[in-house]
Amino acid sequence: MSAIDNPTTASAREAAPPRPLWQVIVIRPETMTLVLLILALLGASLLSPYFLDVRYILDSFTLSAEFAMVALVLTMVIIAGEIDLSPAANMALSACLFAYAQQAGIPIPIAILIGLVAGLVMGAINGLMVIRLQIPSIIVTIGTLTLYRGIAQVIAGDKSIRVPDWFTGINNVLVAGLPVPVIIFVVMSVVLGLVLGTTIFGRQIYQIGTNEVAARHAGIRSQRIKMGLFLLMGLVSAVAGMITSSRLGSVRYDLGLGGELQMVLMAMLGGTYIFGGRGTILGTFLAAWLLVIVSTGMTVANVLPAVQLVVLGVLLVVSIIATNAIYSRTQR
Amino acid sequence: MLKRTLLAGLALSLTMVAGAYAADPVKIVYIGKNTGNPYFDSITGGFEDACKSLGCEFEFVAPATAEATSQIPFIEAQIQRGVNVIAIAPNSPDALNQVFDDARAKGILVLTVNGDITGNESHRDATILPTDFSKVGADQVEMVGSLIGYEGEIAILSATTEAPDQNKWIVGMNETLKSDPKYAKMTLVATVYGDDQPEKSTTEMEALLSNYPNLKGVIAPTTVGIAAAAQVVQSRGIADKVKVTGLGLPSEMRDFIKDGTVTAFQLWSPYNEGWLAAHFAVGVLGGTIKNEVGATFDVPNLGTKTIDPMNSINTQAGLTTFDAKNIDEFSF
Repeated sequence: MSAIDNPTTASAREAAPPRPLWQVIVIRPETMTLVLLILALLGASLLSPYFLDVRYILDSFTLSAEFAMVALVLTMVIIAGEIDLSPAANMALSACLFAYAQQAGIPIPIAILIGLVAGLVMGAINGLMVIRLQIPSIIVTIGTLTLYRGIAQVIAGDKSIRVPDWFTGINNVLVAGLPVPVIIFVVMSVVLGLVLGTTIFGRQIYQIGTNEVAARHAGIRSQRIKMGLFLLMGLVSAVAGMITSSRLGSVRYDLGLGGELQMVLMAMLGGTYIFGGRGTILGTFLAAWLLVIVSTGMTVANVLPAVQLVVLGVLLVVSIIATNAIYSRTQR
Repeated sequence: MLKRTLLAGLALSLTMVAGAYAADPVKIVYIGKNTGNPYFDSITGGFEDACKSLGCEFEFVAPATAEATSQIPFIEAQIQRGVNVIAIAPNSPDALNQVFDDARAKGILVLTVNGDITGNESHRDATILPTDFSKVGADQVEMVGSLIGYEGEIAILSATTEAPDQNKWIVGMNETLKSDPKYAKMTLVATVYGDDQPEKSTTEMEALLSNYPNLKGVIAPTTVGIAAAAQVVQSRGIADKVKVTGLGLPSEMRDFIKDGTVTAFQLWSPYNEGWLAAHFAVGVLGGTIKNEVGATFDVPNLGTKTIDPMNSINTQAGLTTFDAKNIDEFSF
């Protein structure tokens, strides 16, 4: 009788008190990214008097905006427990096919369609090999990254293929004072952030990444969702490839060479957990700006490229240590 | 006391007024193809000494790799820093057109130094070339021919595939081999690219030796390539079977000449290029030199220079040949 009347059971007394709300909100990897971003802004302004010019910073962002767009989708892929290292090669091959088609006389809208379909096909190849053949995605995408880049080199050779003048210069077009690539990036961040954070589809991505077997047993169609993510990666890479071709005015097989590393860097700096199940679009969004500000701040201060690499490396290591520390401290 | 303060105030204001009338020094930046390339140290030396005597400010920057688009962020940073002259050794003939136009729109003088943007010359103000590039191909073929007895297999070890200067010389070499009966018994078996990286150049040289066992001569018109090729020949001890020549720096090739690995190679004076470019730039901005085809101007130590068609200026008339007889006379 006393045990039923008394509400303070043994288990209730031993349970830990809930964490205060402010701790939940503040101690997150995204906060660390934000703090690093503010520090980078201060540091860059102190390093060079030429840095603090909004127009210049926005223009510099357009040089990385294409990678940043793909990094947003890559974040979702990593959260789902997979990885895709082929997007930069995908960008190059889609752009090469698009440029080759329009140079051969095909009207631009059809050429764009060809590029987009190529991107989707490449994403589908990745997805099929990962899902049907059950090969780990890191191995598949390392293979396809080389394959797609090689095909691009076969198609374009060592020459650059020009695009028409009216198609060039998308990064110079301003809407409400912001370059178009920046606007596309911000809009994508908002849309994908809402999808990932508020929709059931988004929650399912987190669940697949946390424990895929449990998710499947709970009835989540993990194979379909993963395939969809790979297809989305392919599509967004193709779009990014064509935006790059507009910015440069020409397409080469080595378009975006090394870009996959920058994209993974943006995702990692944003606090995405490499083993899946954790990460946010907000983190990647802040990390993209952080990377641009750090690189631009150093370049405009005429810092040697070797020193720039060291700084970026230190940034990445610090961010990974902090992300892991935060995730292991808090309960899963 | 009052008189002294008034006198001090008068002196101070006079100094400020005088200072306002003194001209701001001309700010020149030279953007090399990549860092870690000792060739550009010589050109930088010429720029620096010229600026010491002319009173201009000079800085050298370069990207980490010589890819086609790697210089774009650097050019934008220099525009942001408000330089007056951008001198650059371009990594691509057309990828820089947009950013060059931006610079010239802001009144910055754009000079391509050491190489030109073939096919896109309207996007730069003038070019300072080390020598007449149309003769380099023929001179190099003659050089290798004289070393192998004008018969046998030869190969070219170049830098990056997009480098406009390399491609111009390679075209010249091919034309000379086809049209001049003197070289009828020589065949060009391969053209490979070392990307101006010592490791890749070494790998490509080793591959040439494996794939073409009857190879008799190698032309490496890049200082990084010729040093790597000579190193391979020296460590294999095949200096009498395979003759290496090309464009090399005396400081890097001196040991190879002394021990007989390399008989002779060619180059020009990169130092004089920098010296000439700095004098030209300061002269044009100061109004003492007219940037028109046919105009002439004097440069201390180099004599009178003429501006050739397409606003091109040659630092010296032809290539200088370096061999055991004169190698010790040069310190760069």
